[in-house]
Amino acid sequence: MDDRERIARRVALELRDNSLVNLGIGLPTLVANYVPAGIHVNFQSENGIIGFGSAPPEGMEDVHLTDAGGAFVSAQPGAVAFDSVTSFALIRGGHIDLTVLGGLQVDKSGRLANWIIPRRLVPGMGGAMDLVTGARRVIVAMNHTQKGEPKIVDTLTLPPTADRAVTLIVTEMAVIEPSANGLILREVAKGLSVDDVCAATDAKLTVAKDVSEML
Amino acid sequence: MESGNDMTETASVSGFRASVTAEQAAELVPDGARVMIGGFMGVGTPARIIDALVARRARDLTLIANDTARPDVGIGRLIAAGCVARVIVSHIGTNPDTQARMIANELEVELVPQGTLAEQIRAGGAGLGGVLTPTGVGTVIEDGKRVVEVDGRNYLLELPLRADVALIAARSADYMGNLVYSLTARNFNPVMAMAADLVIAEPGEIVPVGVLPPDSIHTPGVLVSHLIRR
Repeated sequence: MDDRERIARRVALELRDNSLVNLGIGLPTLVANYVPAGIHVNFQSENGIIGFGSAPPEGMEDVHLTDAGGAFVSAQPGAVAFDSVTSFALIRGGHIDLTVLGGLQVDKSGRLANWIIPRRLVPGMGGAMDLVTGARRVIVAMNHTQKGEPKIVDTLTLPPTADRAVTLIVTEMAVIEPSANGLILREVAKGLSVDDVCAATDAKLTVAKDVSEML
Repeated sequence: MESGNDMTETASVSGFRASVTAEQAAELVPDGARVMIGGFMGVGTPARIIDALVARRARDLTLIANDTARPDVGIGRLIAAGCVARVIVSHIGTNPDTQARMIANELEVELVPQGTLAEQIRAGGAGLGGVLTPTGVGTVIEDGKRVVEVDGRNYLLELPLRADVALIAARSADYMGNLVYSLTARNFNPVMAMAADLVIAEPGEIVPVGVLPPDSIHTPGVLVSHLIRR
């Protein structure tokens, strides 16, 4: 299992039955592949659909039906399409139960930076600021480090995406929960120690009393 | 009786929208115009009007759109052809050409959170003086904006956006300009059709009045000035 799959599988355990979920582009998209058996999730995409499905059979793509990354998708029975105003009323208005987003950095208070590296990479925020502001739960799915540098930092050096703490951070090394008292280390990946995780983390981590092996 | 029928038909015909070629539509978009273009990564973007704007070498346009798609797709073709001076969009990550031109100071890029962009356009078309949104509070988006506290929570005052022209893509239109969109090709099209002085729609098909049931119409034809003919 590679790191991306490990992260996606762990995030998928956070999915709840009958919930409305928005997955960001990239790694978060993989979470849809690991929905636990017996759970029905309504996936929303900010370009205006609830209930999109996997890629259509080759040659049967509809040019009017893509995900937010522009990839062709299908639609499941019960799917519903809507315009961008409705899509972001759902997002900003607290109707999305969970969003899973990639991250560049998360700080000790749980604030996320994921939309710009000034002067180097300027993709823009797309829907990320609205999602972090309005979704009920925000899970950051990302690698623990970037070229050996910790991505979980004491203080953000990149512009924040929102003025709000995310709900959970899932990396290939650990599961970390932001709280009013800082970051709490909940789970550690198999084969790693608490010290390994702390060494790869810039921010101070409080080890939960019941810290466990990563599910 | 006969004259009554004639009157009915005349009234009905007078409600028809003007149909124009894409080339004629491109002439209705002057250089320097402020233009809204529907679409999300090129899905639901009026491709024939864009090609005609590129062909007529439009210049100095200010575009309001969700994104600039990819260099060879949709709005990306306008960027690549040098038609655009400024964009107001939510992301440019899929178009390296937009990023390169921004860095070279050939193109001004204003990035706006996607939900804020939708609401600013809605405000522009709905006669509102702006919207209060929590999105962007505590980020660089807050810079230079009024922060308004309501019931203990901070919001940014975001001002309305309007355009000279909106270029809309629809799945179907009827002769009166009533529009229906398909699936995720709807996106910004309906809200933009409310927020411009001139609204030009490029439908995939044009059907007789009455074929589109009133309850299924997404954009009322009264908002649409011109239809691109088949």
